[in-house]
Amino acid sequence: MKLKFITGISLLLIVLAASCQSDEQMEFNRYYSGGSVIYLAHCQNCHGEKGEGLQALIPPLTDAAYLKNNKTSLACYVKNGLKGKITISSRTFEGEMPAADDLSPIEIAKVLTFVTNSFGNKTGLINLQQVQANLEKCH
Amino acid sequence: MKKLIGALVIILFYSACKSNKTPSALPILGNREPVTKTVDGKTITDTVYSTIPDFKFVNQYADTITGKSLDGKIYVADFFFTTCPSICPVMHRNMLKVYNEFKTDDNFRIISHTIDPKYDTVPVLKKYADKLGISGNTWWLLHGTKDETYQIAKNYLVSVQEKNPQGEYIHDGYFILVDKQKRIRGTYDGTDPAQVTKLIADIKVLKAEPDQVGAK
Repeated sequence: MKLKFITGISLLLIVLAASCQSDEQMEFNRYYSGGSVIYLAHCQNCHGEKGEGLQALIPPLTDAAYLKNNKTSLACYVKNGLKGKITISSRTFEGEMPAADDLSPIEIAKVLTFVTNSFGNKTGLINLQQVQANLEKCH
Repeated sequence: MKKLIGALVIILFYSACKSNKTPSALPILGNREPVTKTVDGKTITDTVYSTIPDFKFVNQYADTITGKSLDGKIYVADFFFTTCPSICPVMHRNMLKVYNEFKTDDNFRIISHTIDPKYDTVPVLKKYADKLGISGNTWWLLHGTKDETYQIAKNYLVSVQEKNPQGEYIHDGYFILVDKQKRIRGTYDGTDPAQVTKLIADIKVLKAEPDQVGAK
């Protein structure tokens, strides 16, 4: 009887722990998989299937340090485009990324979650609230 | 009965081999018309294939490039512009594979016509070439007037159009394979890596055709 009780409780705890984790994980997965579709439609032509960019014309998306240091500006870059000199993986790029102003904040959050957790990057979830806050501070 | 099955198996194997063989010649595309002429008192009918007419453009080194510059060369043509946000990067990512495969072959060229000559001046094209990592004379980026460029596009069976209401140029991302007789031998979707792999294979087939080997 006692054994059954302990087994039951531990099973319950395991299930609880698993479902707790999967709540967060599920939210991340939802953003990430939605983001992969948006990446394909809006980003992949230029930045490539593996985020490799194109020679010295288009920067790769594999510079984890750049993505981390500019985490709060990324939403503005996507929304308004990016112009001028930038240094990515110690190489200088000078071109113009067109604005994706047809993307909604939730779509931006999804695609950023995808990019910053693909191609060797692992920044974690960038959710709607963060993107909305970041977009208010665009220059 | 056994013999019959044996024969069948042999036939099957043979036909399987045959269908897997790569073609030894590529088709000739475009319009064609029969021309009847008299040679040595006999009337013979010949097929005349449409060819790319002569042209005059300027490349990224400010050199003049005409149809003559491509005499004796197999080449691939496409249409692009340097600020193209949609299909051009993926086209030229794929074209780089063709470039790298044949860049040591002096009888092979790639020509990319800009359809935005106002912005894509010769220095802009040179800068683009440098950033793309191409050098030498294998791959020419060609500048010409809008009329000339749009006119020659028709000869390549390619459509390019003026800006649409969104301010984007409309063009399809085709790579056109042209032989030494300036006939179109294949068209490939330049945005599709599988089609570009086929283009590279087809160029090898074309190079080996008897009337290409000897052509000057």
